[in-house]
This record gives sequence, structure tokens and C-alpha cells, in this order.
Amino acid sequence: MTGNVMAVECNTLFNWLLRLGDNTLVLSHRVSQWCGHAPVLEEDIALANTALDLIGQTQMWLNLAGEVEGKGRDADTLAYLRDAWDFRNLLLVERPNGDFGHTMMRQFLFDAWQNVLLNRLKDSTDPRVADIAEKAAKEAAYHLERSRGTVIALGDGTEESHARMQAALDALWDYVGEMFLDDQVDRAIADAGVGPLPSNLRDEWDGIVGAALNEATLTRPDSDFAQTGGKTGRHTEDLGYILAEMQFLQRAYPGATW
Amino acid sequence: MVSNAAPSPAPAGEDRTRALLTPDRIWQLLDTVPDPEIPVISLVDLGIIRAVDLDGDKVVVTVTPTYSGCPATRVINEDILACLHANGIENARVNTRLSPAWTTDWISEKGRAALLEYGIAPPQPKGIPEACPRCGGHSLEVVAQFGSTPCKALWRCNDCLEPFDYFKCI
Repeated sequence: MTGNVMAVECNTLFNWLLRLGDNTLVLSHRVSQWCGHAPVLEEDIALANTALDLIGQTQMWLNLAGEVEGKGRDADTLAYLRDAWDFRNLLLVERPNGDFGHTMMRQFLFDAWQNVLLNRLKDSTDPRVADIAEKAAKEAAYHLERSRGTVIALGDGTEESHARMQAALDALWDYVGEMFLDDQVDRAIADAGVGPLPSNLRDEWDGIVGAALNEATLTRPDSDFAQTGGKTGRHTEDLGYILAEMQFLQRAYPGATW
Repeated sequence: MVSNAAPSPAPAGEDRTRALLTPDRIWQLLDTVPDPEIPVISLVDLGIIRAVDLDGDKVVVTVTPTYSGCPATRVINEDILACLHANGIENARVNTRLSPAWTTDWISEKGRAALLEYGIAPPQPKGIPEACPRCGGHSLEVVAQFGSTPCKALWRCNDCLEPFDYFKCI
């Protein structure tokens, strides 16, 4: 590829792409768990469609990761045949669904971040990354429009819905900080112009989230504490249960295809 | 899908086939391949065929996905090859291109008219349907931002009270 891309070590780029693909993969699986269980049919369909978009994005990111790694692994191999310690997703996306409001709050916090990130990635020096970002950004914008609207409607809704949304925000807040932490991988990626430093996404995210929380009459938690580890493979036990369900078929019947 | 493909003049021999093979001819054939989920419009009308390249007798059709996770994508690629094979074009390949990302602006006028006729309100720059595809009413409300396929949202007309699909504008 281009000289700029060569400046990033293959393994670094591979790990960074896994983070992108694992975020959408794990969140997609979480959201898909609502299929057939959402409070109303329209929300059920919306959640399933969101999960579908995220799976599509996963295929693009993980196929590119496999291509960069050069060991013949594709998106399916990476999704079904790695164990928890090889996953690089944020802890936020593996958090249990909770109630519908909790799921939508998690979605909103992620959607806001993903929008800011993808819009920056459109300018990546790696054209393969820029192409995927351009495609995914359109879907992410639509997701944000919906999750933002739902958070506002439920936050500024009944006493019950308000209390549930505030509880969801308080419970998920510890998992926000990890989205904006820079490590060695991020710095190498940023130096090569492939992607932004996560810490540089914070101001724009704060703007989007702050405005929505105001409108939702919700109080932003006053804490900077961040649970971390997902980006380097240290996960909560919840990821194990997700993988057990998601990977069962390929583990029990290796190589099974449609 | 094969049965929907327009019949081509029977090729008399390899030379004859080669002589018939032009990008225009391929575009015409692809315009007979329906979208698997909205069969009233063709893949060409949907705007997802981005290029047709001929190299000798080798055909490369470049397709861009509507939504990255749309399950119809694989079927679309298979339908394209089936149509070309049915018309004597064996040496064909489908190539996927992500950028520039698909936009509903690429749906043709013919395609928009077919959507409307079928009962799906075509995408509008404003992001909301212009009129009820059934009664033409303008008092409309959104029921859900997502619908029966990734590309549609669900709306309702307050005049005739019928729900209808709206093709999301992206």
C-alpha cells in the first residue's frame, strides 16, 4: 500500500483493526439478543436492523484485519475461533443489556463515539480504512439519530423512565473513559495518520452527549473513573458468555458451513 | 432469477459471442436482474452497479453494497453471475467497491417511479416521504425509523390511515 501505511507495523495495524471489528461484533451480538424480546415490534425491528449494520461493519473491519495479518484468517475465523483474551473490544460493548432503556443508553454512548471516530477515519492515510469508514459512517449517523432520540424521550419521559435512564447512565459511566484512552497502538496509528488519538475524540463526544443529556433532563455523573482492559484483552466475565453462545457451532462442529 | 433474464440472441459460436459482448449489452442484461428484496426495481435502477469492465471476453461487474450488513448482498452477486451465465457469458466476476459509498441519490427516475407504484415512498432529500404512496396524502407520521429491510423505514398516512414503507434517504 502507500508509504504511510508501511510506517505502521503490520501487527500494530492488525491489533488496531481488531479493536474496531471487535467493538461492532460484540455490540452487534448484544443488540441481537433483543430479537423477539423488545417491548414493541417496531423497537424489535430497529434493534435487529442496528445489529445487522454492526455485523456488516464487523465483516469489513475483520476481513481487513485478516488481510493485514496475512495468515489466511478472515472475518469468520477471527470472530469464531479466538478466545476472550484475544478480543480487543471496549468493555462498554460487552456490558449486559439490562432493561430496554439501559440498552439504548449504552447504544447512545457508543454511537456518539463511533460517529466522531468514523468521521475522522474518513481522512485516514490508509485508503482501505477510509473506504470502510465512509460506508459505516452513514449507518452510524442513523443509529445515533435514533439512540439519541430514544434517550431524550425516555429521560424526559415519565418518572419511571427517567429514573431508569439515570440509573443506566450512572451504571455505564465507568465504561466511558476507556473509549478515550491512548496506548502504544493508538499512538503508532496516529503517528502514521491512519487514525486519530482516542483522547482527541473526547471534546466532540462531550458536546454531543452533553447536549442530549441536558435535553433528556439527565445528570452527567461527576466521575472520571474508568474501567479499562478490553483494548488489551482483559475482559469482564460477560464476554465469555457472549462467546460461548456466538461460537458454539464452530467449536462443536469445526468448519461447518451453510 | 435466471428466468427473469432477457433472452439474448443465440450465439452461433465463440466469435459471435465475443462480438456481441459490449458494456452496453451487459448493462442491458443487468437491468433485467431484480433486487431480491424489492423485485420491482432492477439492480441498475437501484444504483448499485458502479462499473462494467470488459477485458477481452472477461467481464467484471463492480457492485457497491446498499447497507454493509444487508443479507441480500450475497444473493445479488449470485443473481448477477446467474444472469450473465444464462446469456452465454461464462467468464464473469463480481467486484465489490465501498467508496464512494452508495447513496439513494443513485436510484434512477425509473426506479423511483417503480417504487412508488409498488407502494414504497421513494427517498427524499428532506429525509421524509413527500406523500402517501397509496392516497397521495401529505399528513404523514413516522412509525419506526427502521423497517422490514435495512433500507426502509415505516410511516403512516393520517389521511387514509394506511401504514407504508419509506425508502430511507442515505
